[in-house]
Amino acid sequence: MLWVEGVTAGYGNGVVLRDLSFKAAKGQVTCIMGRNGAGKSTLMKAIMGLVPVQSGRILLSGTVLSDLPAHQVPGQGIAYVPQGRRLFGGLTVAENIEIGLLARKRGTRTRDFVLDLFPRLGNRLDQIASTLSGGEQQMLAIARALCIEPEVLLLDEPTEGLQPSMITAIRDTVLKLRETGLATVLVEQRVDAVLRMADRVAFMEQGQIKADVPVAQVQADSALFKQFVGV
Amino acid sequence: MSFGPFLLLAVLEGTVMAAVLALTSVGLSLVFGVMRVVNVAHGEFYMLGAILAWFVTYYLPFPPALAWVAALIIAPLVVAAIAALADTFVLKRLNYAPEATIVATIGLLYMVQQAALTIYGPDARPVAAPFEWRIQLPWFGYSGYKLFVVGAAGVILAAVWLFMTRSTAGLVMRATQIDRDTAQCFGINVDRVYAGTFALGAALAAAAAVLIVPIQQAHYLMGHDPLLLSFIVVIIGGLGSIRGTLVAALVIGLSDGIISMFFSPTLAKIIATLLVALVLVFRPQGLFGARA
Repeated sequence: MLWVEGVTAGYGNGVVLRDLSFKAAKGQVTCIMGRNGAGKSTLMKAIMGLVPVQSGRILLSGTVLSDLPAHQVPGQGIAYVPQGRRLFGGLTVAENIEIGLLARKRGTRTRDFVLDLFPRLGNRLDQIASTLSGGEQQMLAIARALCIEPEVLLLDEPTEGLQPSMITAIRDTVLKLRETGLATVLVEQRVDAVLRMADRVAFMEQGQIKADVPVAQVQADSALFKQFVGV
Repeated sequence: MSFGPFLLLAVLEGTVMAAVLALTSVGLSLVFGVMRVVNVAHGEFYMLGAILAWFVTYYLPFPPALAWVAALIIAPLVVAAIAALADTFVLKRLNYAPEATIVATIGLLYMVQQAALTIYGPDARPVAAPFEWRIQLPWFGYSGYKLFVVGAAGVILAAVWLFMTRSTAGLVMRATQIDRDTAQCFGINVDRVYAGTFALGAALAAAAAVLIVPIQQAHYLMGHDPLLLSFIVVIIGGLGSIRGTLVAALVIGLSDGIISMFFSPTLAKIIATLLVALVLVFRPQGLFGARA
């Protein structure tokens, strides 16, 4: 279980997250929604140690992640697929996967698992990552993260800019991973994608979680979308 | 001597210079590429390598060849350790901010230079070559040691290339070069990578100095020219591009050797500087650098 307890965080003197609390449970997909500037991506970065936590704590299975330097966070079993993928563009597909494997010193078994999940990548191992299509790049970003064998997966707008068939593929992958017991935190702007993938939806506004509800509740009452996302 | 042999001699001299320049420039390029730090003290690491080579060969009671081999191992290691300390205690504390690190490495330049003046003194001192061997060509004799310098530099550069492209540590360095934040999200200790990169860059400069010091003598002000030429090479080749750096080192080294021999060393420097100006105007990212 990932716990974010009363976290205040931001860049320099600026505060983006304000006393934010949130949790992500094993085997569940928790979607974070909110308008631009609500602090969704900052929350992901704070969990990964890329944005300093000024107060509060972030815990994963009893370990205080917010006390660790950023490079020790993935070793605790948390993987991050950043917005815009942020692949190592000049490296090959195989090298990107190798970097993922290094984080927790995983080997060929994990490599085979992710390549089974994304067979298209297996045919492009020697291709430079930046030359892949947008969908393939997103597959590689997720594959690279899964090489950590995480207990928690953070996905920041994984369907952004993708064609419908790729969005379906990403969605199916997220659902398949949920069945393995993975806790997934998904920042997503597309309501249809959220409704298909999420178990819970947390709505953010001005650096705080304003509502955290089961997906069935937002399906029944679309007012929450209107209030916090504007659609 | 007729034109042909004279040109051959100039090419040989230029090749020696290109080989040494490639070593110092690759060090500078690695540091900039991975850390985005413009290391103005790079020439002083070169100078330190030469001076340490003098100390090692002077004080170790070994035959010249063995003492020189010891210098080739010890000097780069000591200089690498000094660079790693400088990274940890100076650059890291500045959070590798580009402007601040330029000022800091200027300070480091003067500190190292003045320390060398205090400890080593103002004299230029020779280091014995590990062997005396002369190749007799039909037109002139040429130092076998100079050819050895070219070969040794080639071996070291090939080792660096293999390290960067085939080893896990090299892969980690390349990943950090591309995206520091994302690298941390995959367990890469960026501070350690930076310290290692700064040490490796300095060690390459020191190794170049140990190779050249039997030809040039060790002096506390000898870091200026390699620094200037390394910047010229790295800018022409493309900041952070090892391939570009190697090509540019060959071009600058050869042109410097040939122009110096046929005209004057000053003209060679003027042309190299002019070339940099042209590159900056028409192709600011360098011949092989990626556009920002």
